[in-house]
Amino acid sequence: MLIEGMTIAGIAAGATKGYIYIRSEYPDAIATMKQAISIAESANWLGANIQSTDNSFQLEVRRGAGAYICGEETAMLESLEGKRGMVRAKPPIPALIGLFGKPTIINNVLSFAAVPYILAKGGAAYKNYGMGRSRGTLPFQLAGNIKQGGLVEKAFGITLSTLINDFGGGTFTGKPIRAVQVGGPLGAYIPASKLDIAMDYETLAAASAMVGHGGIVVFDETVDMAQQARFAMEFCAIESCGKCTPCRIGSTRGAETIDKIVAGENVSANLALLEDLCQTMTDGSLCAMGGLTPMPVMSAVKHFPEDFTRHQRIAAE
Amino acid sequence: MLIKETDYGTPASKSEVFVTLEIDGHEITVPEGTSIMRAAMELGTKIPKLCSTDSINAFGSCRLCLVEVEGRKGTPASCTTPVAAGIKVRTQTDRLANLRKGVMELYISDHPLDCLTCAANGDCELQDMAGAVGLRDVRYGYAGDNHTTATRPSGEENFRFKAKDESNPYFTFDPAKCIVCNRCVRACEEVQGTFALTIDGRGFASHVSAGMDEGFLNSECVSCGACVQACPTATLTEKSVIAKGQAEHSVVTTCAYCGVGCSFKAEMKGDDVVRMVPYKDGGANEGHSCVKGRFAFGYATHKDRITSPMIRDKITDPWKEVSWEEAITTAATRFKSIQEKYGRGSIGGITSSRCTNEEVYVVQKMIRAAFHNNNVDTCARVCHSPTGYGLSKTFGTSAGTQDFKSVDEADVIMIIGANPTDGHPVFASRMKKRLRSGAKLIVVDPRKTDSVRSPHVKAQFHLPLMPGTNVAIINAMAHTILTEGLENKAFIAERIDQAEFARWSAFIRERSNSPEVLGLAAGVDPEAIRGAARLFATGGKAAIYYGLGVTEHSQGSTMVMGMANLAMLTGNIGQRGMGVNPLRGQNNVQGSCDMGSFPHELPGYRHVSDDTVRQQFEAVWNATLDDEPGLRIPNMFDAAVEGTFKGLYVQGEDIAQSDPNTNHVTHALESMECVVVQDLFLNETAAFAHIFLPGTSFLEKDGTFTNAERRINRVRQVKKPLQGKHEWQVVCDLAQAMGYDMRYNNAAEIMDEIAALTPTFKGVSFARLDELGSLQWPVNDEAPDGTPIMHVDKFVRGLGRFMITEYVPTNERTTREFPLILTTGRILSQYNVGAQTRRTENVMWHAEDVLEIHPHDAEVRGIKHGQMLSIASRMGATSLRADVTDRMAQGVVYTTFHHPVSGANVITTEFSDWATNCPEYKVTAVQVTLSNRQSDWQDEWETRERENKRVAAE
Repeated sequence: MLIEGMTIAGIAAGATKGYIYIRSEYPDAIATMKQAISIAESANWLGANIQSTDNSFQLEVRRGAGAYICGEETAMLESLEGKRGMVRAKPPIPALIGLFGKPTIINNVLSFAAVPYILAKGGAAYKNYGMGRSRGTLPFQLAGNIKQGGLVEKAFGITLSTLINDFGGGTFTGKPIRAVQVGGPLGAYIPASKLDIAMDYETLAAASAMVGHGGIVVFDETVDMAQQARFAMEFCAIESCGKCTPCRIGSTRGAETIDKIVAGENVSANLALLEDLCQTMTDGSLCAMGGLTPMPVMSAVKHFPEDFTRHQRIAAE
Repeated sequence: MLIKETDYGTPASKSEVFVTLEIDGHEITVPEGTSIMRAAMELGTKIPKLCSTDSINAFGSCRLCLVEVEGRKGTPASCTTPVAAGIKVRTQTDRLANLRKGVMELYISDHPLDCLTCAANGDCELQDMAGAVGLRDVRYGYAGDNHTTATRPSGEENFRFKAKDESNPYFTFDPAKCIVCNRCVRACEEVQGTFALTIDGRGFASHVSAGMDEGFLNSECVSCGACVQACPTATLTEKSVIAKGQAEHSVVTTCAYCGVGCSFKAEMKGDDVVRMVPYKDGGANEGHSCVKGRFAFGYATHKDRITSPMIRDKITDPWKEVSWEEAITTAATRFKSIQEKYGRGSIGGITSSRCTNEEVYVVQKMIRAAFHNNNVDTCARVCHSPTGYGLSKTFGTSAGTQDFKSVDEADVIMIIGANPTDGHPVFASRMKKRLRSGAKLIVVDPRKTDSVRSPHVKAQFHLPLMPGTNVAIINAMAHTILTEGLENKAFIAERIDQAEFARWSAFIRERSNSPEVLGLAAGVDPEAIRGAARLFATGGKAAIYYGLGVTEHSQGSTMVMGMANLAMLTGNIGQRGMGVNPLRGQNNVQGSCDMGSFPHELPGYRHVSDDTVRQQFEAVWNATLDDEPGLRIPNMFDAAVEGTFKGLYVQGEDIAQSDPNTNHVTHALESMECVVVQDLFLNETAAFAHIFLPGTSFLEKDGTFTNAERRINRVRQVKKPLQGKHEWQVVCDLAQAMGYDMRYNNAAEIMDEIAALTPTFKGVSFARLDELGSLQWPVNDEAPDGTPIMHVDKFVRGLGRFMITEYVPTNERTTREFPLILTTGRILSQYNVGAQTRRTENVMWHAEDVLEIHPHDAEVRGIKHGQMLSIASRMGATSLRADVTDRMAQGVVYTTFHHPVSGANVITTEFSDWATNCPEYKVTAVQVTLSNRQSDWQDEWETRERENKRVAAE
């Protein structure tokens, strides 16, 4: 589906070369993809004059070198060009000046994979899935403290609790759920009280959360949300490309500030500082990496304030 | 006053479409593609910024320049966001203020707080921004993770901390002060094109790395200073600033090294130069520099500078310091008595391409009016005299045809016999920038120079010809173009003398001029010659840049005409991005030629036998002028050896080191009765001199230099002459002592006289230069603001003239006895005879001249890298160490002549250009053998260095 979707997109856009960027952490995926491409090539579904038409399209698998930031489209372009994975400023957008200075369309594999279905069955059929402006399906990834982890492809609009309880069978430990992180490491934490939320772009955005890549990580009542907030900052500190200041320095200072809060040091002043920092990162960062890191942090602070002030209370007692 | 140029933040847009927008309620109209930041600066609104500067492209990393645009969400960076018609921008809001303060708070949380003792105090953008955003508190404290302290609060070693890199002799790199704005990395890439710097690591670990974190000196860094210039903090700082502090005033002047003619701000404290900073409004360099101009100015105050006039009777006597009066009177008396004894033509002078136009002009005037002969020549004789001859025969004027800037518009660039990355580095950076953006490159050079292959630059064709076969290559290219029908027929029909073209066309079409025949002589694959010819003819606008690898040959003038032919054949002349351009070696070699330094030409290239012209000069100079051409430099030497030429005035040129066949030159000098040397140092020629008149460095001069693109730049006096007198004053004094009344109140008066007598300089004056920055001659009624591109609608001579350029091999042949060809050149860090650069820290890069030899040639002689070699020609022998490298073609060896002890010119021959006597430095048949000692000549040199340069104690 991906090969077919990319080929169609290439023909539609007048492109003759496509790249699939896969992380080096997924060697099996790389091997499988390469094999699929060579099968398609030998059957002349890829290459020059596809099925004796005037259309030509080549696909190449490029292996990432272990940087999360290379999932960001412009950092991926830099990486594909053989440079450090560093975010580019926009404009110009890649559709105008992209890979090697040429117009480039960049899409998630899911979008490309949806193309054959839409062309075969029509837009209306595709639109039948989902709700609101979120149409089609998404393979949700159930992980964390869950009985039955794995992929569940459903139309947008399914509730979080259906996914976790009906498909995932609740927590692995059997203890009550306390929080669920939706959308990847930069996604918001949703408290157990709000698991009825529908999984679509608009509803989640309204709740200061995001669909992201559809990852769902479940935590039971033993989780320390201050540590989870710190983890988000730490993740950003490790994975930041280092270009823009809010992300490069802010993430490190964020982790340090949470440490101070946890240690009971000037808690209210440091919480205010953390909030200011998150504002700076959200508005000031060059890309979504630094811009979204505050999402898990601030959702943890908002929904689980007790985890941040606990130490102050202990000290006071 | 310290000149501070406006930093617009991002480069100017070249668009001719204009858009109007509103910034903080003010309307402004700017070219499409301009950044919001630049548009704001045009209004005088400074948006806070750290990572942007207008010499490099916008980057968008510091996030201080965020603005709000009405109707758009978010806070876009004003550096990376282009203007759009009708948008309303706000540069200051509460939200923006908080964001900027938040960002600055982060910056300062990882920066030392030693502002008061920091070398950049008063010249630090980080400090300025902290002030601009009103940062009052760093709530994160300073105990967190950082790059600023060697140890952590816990006492552990801070693994992030890196010590200051002081390896470069001119600047330091202090990682603790780095804000990772990438400006240095981008300047190294975009401005200089060396790619020596990068960011290593990611996230908080990101740091600037020179090469593979190997320190600046050991990295690929060429010390051009672009990174230092770009750095907004103290991270990259000149050592002179660290030692002396910030300058208090600055003077814009012109570099005295190569023919690029870069403009610099001399930043001063009192009369002490703190640093030289490339000037953004400099027409030739536009804010860029190289290691020589930027840093190697210390020679001007070196202890070897001679500041007192000196005389002696014999060259073996020690020098005696005397007053100016005594030195001048002695020189005049001796010159006059020589003339009485041996005749009017027994004395002469050599003008310097290192001196100002005004200084050169007065020397040739003194020779013509006070010596009463035309025995004046200049060092251009030994470098670009064939350029003058060749280009005036074909185009009608003896100078490069286009300005440096227009290389930006060339589609094909052909470099012949030039090594711009070393010899003309600031032009090379411009050229490499164009090459990176898609222009094609042809390199004709026996060596694999950096232009052939360096980061992001690769020549489409490298024609590694045998030295001495330039004309073979150029003829074969022209043959290919004509026989394949690739010539520009319309241009030829309209602009070219048809009779000459027909004659030339019949000649060049002969099979003897085909690549298949001539390629054999040149040792170059005929298909490569054909490919290069096709590219040159069909690749778009083509520009030729050439150096001494063209001129310093027995067929130097032929080759210059051959290149002119090729440009005319393809219509590549008279527009931006195309032309034929000599890369002049010395700062004022163009000017010294313009100023009438040749024995047959008065200023403005007018023959001395032209009665009308001569009478104009006679009227203004109030003197009778000789209508017979005088002696060229080699003729002077021959006449000296014969005993008919006895006195020589040498202005700032070291003929004993730079001229070919040193033994003959020194013999000639020893035969003279009065040699007067005007120079900064006791150079090699001074060892043979009787009178030494101390000269002034460029920092002390007031006048003009003319660069390779005919650009007349002001040289402004930065400090008083160390020896008390301007050089032109000394020359006037000597002329007066000789009985000719020559006097000026200042250098501007000299230029006024030049302008009055020279049609191409008609509109030039110091006032006009100060007003416009610089002027490219011709400056006359038709072109009052100068002429960046020549031959636009017609050639200076009317119709372009094709010249027959038959390839004639040089008489210098290889034999079994001398099987290798030696060719010479220069290196980036050293300059010409090295009198200046050897007296600076530049010796760190090139402490001695070495002999480059191909691995095969080395192996058959049992030579290993670094071993001492003897290099012998029919003329003489010298010893150098071996550099075994595949830069060289087999059969060709190469050296530089920056160090006098190397004696490169002991080996070179007296063969010279048939038309102009320009020596054939570039082709000498030699044998190379292992040696365990220096040559006899080098022993003699050491003795002379000891004996002939002694100065008597008081």
